[in-house]
This record gives sequence, structure tokens and C-alpha cells, in this order.
Amino acid sequence: MIPADTLEAARPEVAPQGVRRSRVSVTLVVGSVLAGLIALLAVVSLFWLPYPADDTSGGRLAGPGGGHLLGTDKLGRDLFTQVMTGSRIAVEAGLGAVLIAATLGIVLGVLAAFAQGWLDDTLSAFLDILIAFPTLLLAMLIVAARSATLGSAVLAIGLAQSAVVARLARILVKRVLTQDYITAARISGTSWPRIVLGHVLPNIWPTLVVNLALQFGLAVLAEAGLSYLGLGAPPPNASWGRMLQEAQATFTTAPAGALAPGILLVLLVVGVNLVADGLRDTLDPATGRRRS
Amino acid sequence: MTPVLELRDVALRHRGSAVDAVKDISLAVEAGHSLALVGESGAGKTTLLRLLLGLARPTAGTVRFDGAELSLRDREQMRRFRRSVQCVFQDPYSSLDPRRRVGAVVAEPLRSLGIDTRSSAVPKVAAALDRVGLPADAMDRYPHEFSGGQRQRIAIARATVCRPRVLLADEPVSALDVTTRVKVVDLLAELKQEQGLTLVMVSHDLSVVASLCERTAVLEHGHVVEQGDTAQVLGHPAHPYTRRLIDSVPRLPA
Amino acid sequence: MTFLDVRGLTVRTAEGRVLVDDLSFTVSGGERLGLIGESGSGKSLTTLALLGLLPSGMTATGSVELAGTQIVGATERALTSVRGRDAAVVFQEPLTALDPLMRVGRQIAEPLARRRGLRGAALRDAVGDMLAQVRLPEPERVSRAFPHEISGGQRQRVALAMALACDPGLLIADEPTTALDVSVQAEMLDLLDTLVRERGMAVIFVSHDLAVVARVTDRALVMKDGRAVETGTVHDLVRSPRAEYTKSLVAGARRLEAALDLRSPR
Repeated sequence: MIPADTLEAARPEVAPQGVRRSRVSVTLVVGSVLAGLIALLAVVSLFWLPYPADDTSGGRLAGPGGGHLLGTDKLGRDLFTQVMTGSRIAVEAGLGAVLIAATLGIVLGVLAAFAQGWLDDTLSAFLDILIAFPTLLLAMLIVAARSATLGSAVLAIGLAQSAVVARLARILVKRVLTQDYITAARISGTSWPRIVLGHVLPNIWPTLVVNLALQFGLAVLAEAGLSYLGLGAPPPNASWGRMLQEAQATFTTAPAGALAPGILLVLLVVGVNLVADGLRDTLDPATGRRRS
Repeated sequence: MTPVLELRDVALRHRGSAVDAVKDISLAVEAGHSLALVGESGAGKTTLLRLLLGLARPTAGTVRFDGAELSLRDREQMRRFRRSVQCVFQDPYSSLDPRRRVGAVVAEPLRSLGIDTRSSAVPKVAAALDRVGLPADAMDRYPHEFSGGQRQRIAIARATVCRPRVLLADEPVSALDVTTRVKVVDLLAELKQEQGLTLVMVSHDLSVVASLCERTAVLEHGHVVEQGDTAQVLGHPAHPYTRRLIDSVPRLPA
Repeated sequence: MTFLDVRGLTVRTAEGRVLVDDLSFTVSGGERLGLIGESGSGKSLTTLALLGLLPSGMTATGSVELAGTQIVGATERALTSVRGRDAAVVFQEPLTALDPLMRVGRQIAEPLARRRGLRGAALRDAVGDMLAQVRLPEPERVSRAFPHEISGGQRQRVALAMALACDPGLLIADEPTTALDVSVQAEMLDLLDTLVRERGMAVIFVSHDLAVVARVTDRALVMKDGRAVETGTVHDLVRSPRAEYTKSLVAGARRLEAALDLRSPR
């Protein structure tokens, strides 16, 4: 309804460097801090842990204190050590799943966007079915085929998420392909692969990144859920999900065992979601409006 | 003299459509004789443009470049073709990649056609931008920093940087204001003179067409209903549709 | 009798940039005023401000009195009763002016039902009547069609029918023919001219095309960068423009027209 040139005139001033000056988003900062702290914990756990992973010397279900920052679990293992290992597993799961989802999803999405007619319909139907398929069931199938490991869980989650990413990528690519600058690139003699790499991907990237950030949070939750059900990393690898499952029975008497992993899980997922929100705010499409 | 571009008895039917978008089209673009393709929506202008740009294959008839049939699979021919025939699009807001700096945008034909490397393209890009009246520092800026008229100039710079023989223009000024329109029309006229460009202009704006093209073809519902010298077609239109188009143009009080 | 009285209208963005600067003009009942300007002149924002339709983030100050109601700072409720009854708008883009998911007949029926309280057969007849008034052929087919099933010119006529449905005293047309083909534009301008004369409506016609404005209006206001540059009868503006900007607009339009005359001697 408002003509493009009116909108153009009303846009905020453009900074001289060529990229729109974006107000620093509070959500981005808060989210980054939260997620960053957990990531830090994960990195540190690669080099140092307060106790060896299978050290059960602490005395069962001891409260915080006496050399154990958070106390011990039902087998006498230090909770803080477990929580640190858990953070590493959570971050690995998130990164692994997002990597699989991004690679597979973008490739499928780009191919689907170029497909015409019956191929397009078939691919879309396939993606929709995959999305509808419960991640849990997919995980159980993969676990039955391989053994219950972190790898199996990450593979299952990654596969399930790749369908969502693919569907998003497909629609973004299709929209970009209708733009005149793609036709202009063809007229300039640019080959299709170079068009995809140089024109299509950079233009869909901002929206995809926001979605991938959200997928990270979902992947972490999914892995926790699978571990809770015993389909993830086996002991002594302490996934937060498994810690929750083990601490369930003794929650009233020794809450630390459930509270520690639970709170950290929430912090990580909320942090990552805030980062996604903040990214969406700062990554304005430069001139995304269309003149119809 | 062999026409640079030619359509012989061309027809095109879109996939899944029951009717031809264009039919029985025979047009010749001769060097030095700019051609206007005039028509309203649904006339088939966009289809013709895509055929002339080698973006679509006709379902009947042939598209010829320098006398030889245009084969989309012949890479050497396509390279020569792309170097000789360039295009300026209608919408200045969607014809420039928003994520690329203007310098990269204008250099693209030189890079993709293997004419220049990134560094050897720079002086040519600067010259092209200067020719269209934009400052050299425009190279480092992004498209969204420029107005519609300036963006159209960037598009013209891109289209002329590899010194094509033919410049196709799809409604190049209809999205622009009157004063900007006049300036861009003047620019195109100058380029015609200086670089020996032949324009093929698709437009429904008869006054712009009259300013720039020696020959005119009028399209209605996918057919060429009239074609010839612009003075003849606009001055003494034979076809009633042409007459209607001319009479519809609103005029200023004398 | 003044129907619309605009005094010192200023429109600012959220950051404080001034897009329309201290604009003042009046429109009497039955008068036809043109707003001429190029991109960024603020002409479209002015029309939005007249009906309290500015996008969020933009604020208007000054006074806009439409048929006795103050628009600037009015509540949404007050504005709703004014829109359609006192003034209606037709926009440039026929594709977005209509709801794509609603049949055309129903979209015209809505304002009719709301304003005139018509129902059932009386409503259907009124819709058919409106479609006939905007000279749409096959009114039953068009009435049952969705917007994408009819042409751009037909959509604009439907938008016009919706605007006229409640017999407003003022019609605001913002570049209503710019997106149309030239022959369709000519028909649309004819239609507008006729309907407006028949109903004795006041019109504000916004355009960057001098010739189009000259066709439809008697008086015009030239805008640049949010300010009024010159005002007067269309005749005077075109034959003897005073301001530099107006001169350049007229010169540009004449130059393009001259090319047409050179090729088609008249």
C-alpha cells in the first residue's frame, strides 16, 4: 500500500561504511553471555575436571561441601564433574546436529528449489513426511541399527532437523531466484554453481543462521530427551538428560542432582534462543522489499 | 547486412499452457538501428525479451545471432553472445544483488566472461561508473545506499562495461520520476552515439521509445501487429491498436 | 465550503527526520486538487496522514480537519467513522489493495453493508449497481471472482467501487493509474472524471505524471522534499511555472512529449 519510494525516503540514515548501522541488541548480548558461559564450561572440561569421571569415592548423595561443589550422585560421583562433562556433551550434540542439519538441509533445499514440476512436488512431499516423522522414532530406529551412542543420537536429530532446514532453504532460494539480479548474473555469463555460491547463498544466509541457532537449542533438548530415555550416550558419559533420569528417584532428598543439570539445560537453551532472536534483529535484510 | 539478432517465425508456449505466449514473430535487429518493442501487459514483451536474451528456447522458429542459430549448449557461442548482448532491467530495486558492493556488481560480466581478473577489472569499472555519472567511490558502497535513478545508472554501467553491441532494456525508466527519466534517456542516447550501441527497448511508454529508437514493433496478444520506422508507425499508424495506444497517452495542455 | 482544511501538517519519523514539512492547503466541496511530486516528496505520506493511516513509528503534527473532524491525534474509533463516509482512498497497487482471499463481490458488499445497513437481495443489487457504475462488464462473473482472477485494470475499478460505495465527500487517489497499461489508464481516467463529476465529489489526485494530473484536476500543489513548492491552477503551472523545480518538471515532461510529436507529426 505504501509505495516503495515513500518507504525508501523514510528509512533511517545509512552509515557511510556501507552496512546499515544496527543498534546492538540486548537480547543478543544476554543470550551470548548465557550460552557463552556454558560453552566455556564445555571447553574447560576438555582439559580439566575436578575429579576423574568414574571416581565414586565421594560418598552417596552427599550435599554440597567437603570438596564437592554440588555434592555427589547416588553412586558417589562428583556432581560438578558430571555437570561439566554434560555441558560438553550438550554442546557437541548441538553442534553436531546443526552441522548435519545445515549441510544436508541446505544441499537438499537448493536442489529442491531448482526442481520443477513433478520432481519439485515429490521432493516437497518427501521433506514434509520427514518433518512429520517423530524424532524419537527415528532415533530408536537408528539406535537399533547401530548402538546407543552420542553419535547415533546426534545423527538422528541432525537428520530430523535437516528436513526443516531444507524446507526453509527451498522457499528462500525460490524467492531469491525470482529476483532480477539472478537473471542479470546469468546474462553476465555467470555459471549456475557460481550463482548459487555467490548470489543465492549470501542472500539466504541471514535467515538461515537465525533458524540454525534455534535448531541448536532444539538439538540440545532432543539429546537430553533421548538420554533421559536411555537412547543417548551410555554411562559413564554424563549427559544432562541421563543425570536427570538418575536423579529423579532421589529428587526430594537430594535435589542438587536434578537441579544442577536442569538449570544448566534451561540456561543453555534460553541463551541460544535469545541469540537467535538477537541475530534476527540485527540481520536486517538490506533492501528486502519487493516492488509488486 | 546480417542482423545482429533475429527472430524467424518464432513461437513460444509456456509449460502447461494451452496457448502460445508469442506466435509468428519475425523481427530483425540491425546494428545501428535501435528497435522498440511496444505493447501492454500480456502482449508477450517479457517472453520476447527472454528469447532475445537466450534465456528461453522457442517452441517453434529460430533465434539467430550474427546469422547463426543460437544454441544454448554451445558454450563458445554463448560466451560471444553474452559479451555482445547485455540487458538493463525494469526494477532498480531487485536488479542489483543487495549483498554485493557496487564495484563487484559492475565487474561481474568482466569476471564471468573471463575478460578480466579482479584487479584488471577495476579501472574498467571505474570508467563505466564515471561514464554514467557516478563517483568512483561508489564502487565500495552497497546498492541500498543509492536512489532508484542512481541504481538504474549502476545497472547501465554493469550492462555496458564489457562493451556490448546490443543493449536490451526492459522498461528501463518506467519506475523512475520524470526528471530522472529524462536524464537516463539522455544517458542512453549518449551511449548509443559513443559506443555504437544498438538498443532494443521494451516499453509501453511511447515517448521514451520515440526518443531512442529508429524502428518500432507493436505487440498485441503475442503477435506483431505492426512494425517499421518509428516515424511511420507512430506518425501514421496502420493498425487500430497502435492508433489506440498513441491516442491514450495523456498530454499536457498546450 | 471547505471540506478539507490542512494547516501546518508535519510528519516525522521515529528518529525525528521530517518527511512532510509544514504543509497547508484546502479543498472545497466538489473541488479537484492535484498533488504533484517525485519520489521522496512526501506526497504519499500526506495522503496517509489525511486519514490517520501513517505507518507506526511516524507521527503527524499540525491540523487536518476533514468535514469538521480533526484527524491529527484522533482516536481510532473517530477515524473509523470518518473513513469511507467522509473520505475514501484508492491506492496505486491493485494487487495489494484487495484481500486476495475474499471474493470481489463480498469485498464491495462489506462497506455497503456497514454504512447503508443493506442485507440480502438489496445488498446484492447494490453490489451489482456499483460494479455497473465502474463500467465492469459481466458483473456476476466479476462479483464471484477472486482478485487474482481479474486483470489489473479491473482490480483498480473494484478498488474504486469500494471507495465510492459509501458516497464519500472526498476521494483520495494515490497514483491510481501508474501501475496500469497506457490504454487502461486512459479508460480509468475517463471513468474517474465522469464519476467524480456526477457525484460532485472533491478529489485529491496524487501523481508524478504532470499530464495525468492535468487531465483530472483543476488546481495543483507541487511538492518537493516534503514542502509545498508552488500551487495554482494546472493551466498556470504548466504554461507559466514560477518555481525552479516546477519549471524543471514541466520542461522534462514537455521534452519527452516532444519526442513523440517529432515522430508522429500532429
